[in-house]
Amino acid sequence: MEYIFIILGVLLIPLSIAAGLIWVERRLLSFWQDRLGPNRVGPFGLFQVIADTVKLFFKEDWIPPFSDKPVFVMAPGIVMITMLLTFSVIPFGPGFYVLDSNIGILFFLGNSSLGVYSIVLGGWASNNKYSLIGAMRASAQMLTYEVFMGLSLMGVVMLADSFSFYSIVQAQKNGWFIFPQFIGFLVFFIAALAETHRLPFDIPEAEGELVAGYHSEYSGMKFGMFFVGEYLGVTLMSAIITTLFFGGWLGPSFLPPVFWFLFKTFILICVFILLRASLPRPRYDQLMEFGWKILLPLALLNLLITGAILIFIK
Amino acid sequence: MFSILRTIWLIFLHIFHKPETIEYPEKKPYLPPRYRGRIVLTRDADHNERCVACNLCAVACPVDCISLQATEDETGRRYPEFFRINFSRCIFCGFCEEACPTYAIQLIPDFEMAEYDRQNMVYEKEHLLIEGEGKYHGYNFYQQAGVDMGVKGKGEGLNEELPVDVNDLMP
Amino acid sequence: MEVFFYIAAVIAIISTIMAISGRNAIHSLLFLILSLLAISVVFYLLDAPFIAALEVIIYAGAIMVLFIFVTMMLNIGLEEKQEKSWINPRMWIIPSILASILLVDLLLALKNMPTVVVGKQVILPKQVGISLFSTYLLAVEIAAILLMAGVIGAYHLGSQKKKVLHRFLEKK
Ligand code: SF4
Ligand code: SF4
Repeated sequence: MEYIFIILGVLLIPLSIAAGLIWVERRLLSFWQDRLGPNRVGPFGLFQVIADTVKLFFKEDWIPPFSDKPVFVMAPGIVMITMLLTFSVIPFGPGFYVLDSNIGILFFLGNSSLGVYSIVLGGWASNNKYSLIGAMRASAQMLTYEVFMGLSLMGVVMLADSFSFYSIVQAQKNGWFIFPQFIGFLVFFIAALAETHRLPFDIPEAEGELVAGYHSEYSGMKFGMFFVGEYLGVTLMSAIITTLFFGGWLGPSFLPPVFWFLFKTFILICVFILLRASLPRPRYDQLMEFGWKILLPLALLNLLITGAILIFIK
Repeated sequence: MFSILRTIWLIFLHIFHKPETIEYPEKKPYLPPRYRGRIVLTRDADHNERCVACNLCAVACPVDCISLQATEDETGRRYPEFFRINFSRCIFCGFCEEACPTYAIQLIPDFEMAEYDRQNMVYEKEHLLIEGEGKYHGYNFYQQAGVDMGVKGKGEGLNEELPVDVNDLMP
Repeated sequence: MEVFFYIAAVIAIISTIMAISGRNAIHSLLFLILSLLAISVVFYLLDAPFIAALEVIIYAGAIMVLFIFVTMMLNIGLEEKQEKSWINPRMWIIPSILASILLVDLLLALKNMPTVVVGKQVILPKQVGISLFSTYLLAVEIAAILLMAGVIGAYHLGSQKKKVLHRFLEKK
């Protein structure tokens, strides 16, 4: 019984955070741009989320006749499924997790690499030039950044001596991993930005040049799924950075551990939004060059040094 | 690298700035008198229509949204029979005001003219014509130039010369 | 547990058949991905979680994306008529006879095999790593050299000469 509640919690907390993020992001962005943002619907504009959802549900859900229908319908679901599945291995607090898998990090990496399909297939099935270009960019970008996303995490795995998120958090009792693994954190953070194709790395959708990239043809709730999927991705990445580098639920004990976890996650989400507010989008080849020529060597170097120091100590 | 961090920090500081937004329906923004908003047709001090239906505004309009038909009253004074502006096409460029020789057509600082029905955006003369003089008080075109309309004799305007007697022009 | 195994196995077989017989290239690739995922579930149920995860990350996640990428680039849509005319039913006779002989062979061999109980112990990433870098060190090194050759080759193919002149000023 309790287990069912936990599952529901793990399912609903990220979903509601992701939905709420639509409002949070618009408000925060507008503060950073000296605007007010949505503040009309309900107190502080909080009901904007509900209004948006209602709007999305009642929009015409159009499937273009020139598209590949089954793939077109399937694509937006993939991103939601993979993101939500990954939340199952993240410990929200001691005892508040669905599954303490001993391949937790690998599970996350596998799911995030499956998430690419959502964009690639969505772009391909739309049968639209811009969508296809967006899909190609997305597949190249995400494949590239996945490589050193995995590599940058290996330092943490070495320090904690485990792939399980739960034991990684427990290994941080004596200090967060961001200090010994600062380079790893940096690389992972940049890779996370690219994986969730958030600004400044939103090259697959680049509204300035590709209309909306891979989701140009999507409307109604199918677009909404891509939209929520993006915010789920932001939440997921923040939660994972919290778990791996900022000590997860660990914190002063006057507040419950779940609070500390959500608090740190929220701060990281705000950082994601801040980056969106402040940085311009790089060009596609610049992104690739940056990935292969700077981040990959950096991740490998970090791995080598961590390994060497660990061997030296033991 | 440093400049990126600096950018992020500077943007972050913006959270402490006062937002520029004016919350519109509650707080009206200040509009200067020369703001180009809704178009009106004005009358002169004698309460006569200023417009002489010269069609210059219709020609000047880049989107061709003015349409009018000239006619004359019994005294021979020209005025528009109908005067129609399609505000769904108007871009509020102010060229018509610029082109008008009589200050008849004027743009005023009012922009709240949204409609549910597109057809309602077409303003006829009775919607456009106002009772007052608009931005230019005391101006009467017939005092400056033009034919005798009971305001002044022909050629007796302020900066006008008497008409030339064509019979004198023989060499 | 066994039920899950059989479900996954049946899904793997069906989706592989669909992948082979499909007419739409992308749909076939999708079925192939599904079959890889099913196989990864099979691995997981056989208590090899590490291999299962790697199967998803590397095969389903990376390599199949590249396949789809290439298919998208070449715009391979429905199978062409020409291809159909090339393959006529008579061509299947000899391969299927040979394959059925192999199948009988395999079944006989399986029948005579001593049953092995799998899943006695869960094989964790650590064990895999240790055995990779001790027992199978040579194989790992050889694979690494092979990959290095691939990287160098790709670099050579992809490298461009640095241009000094603008392309309009170049002599053809
Ligand atoms: S403001 Fe410009 S567009 Fe509007 S009626 Fe006058 S000339 Fe035409
Ligand atoms: S409004 Fe002015 S420009 Fe237009 S017809 Fe009348 S007098 Fe001429």
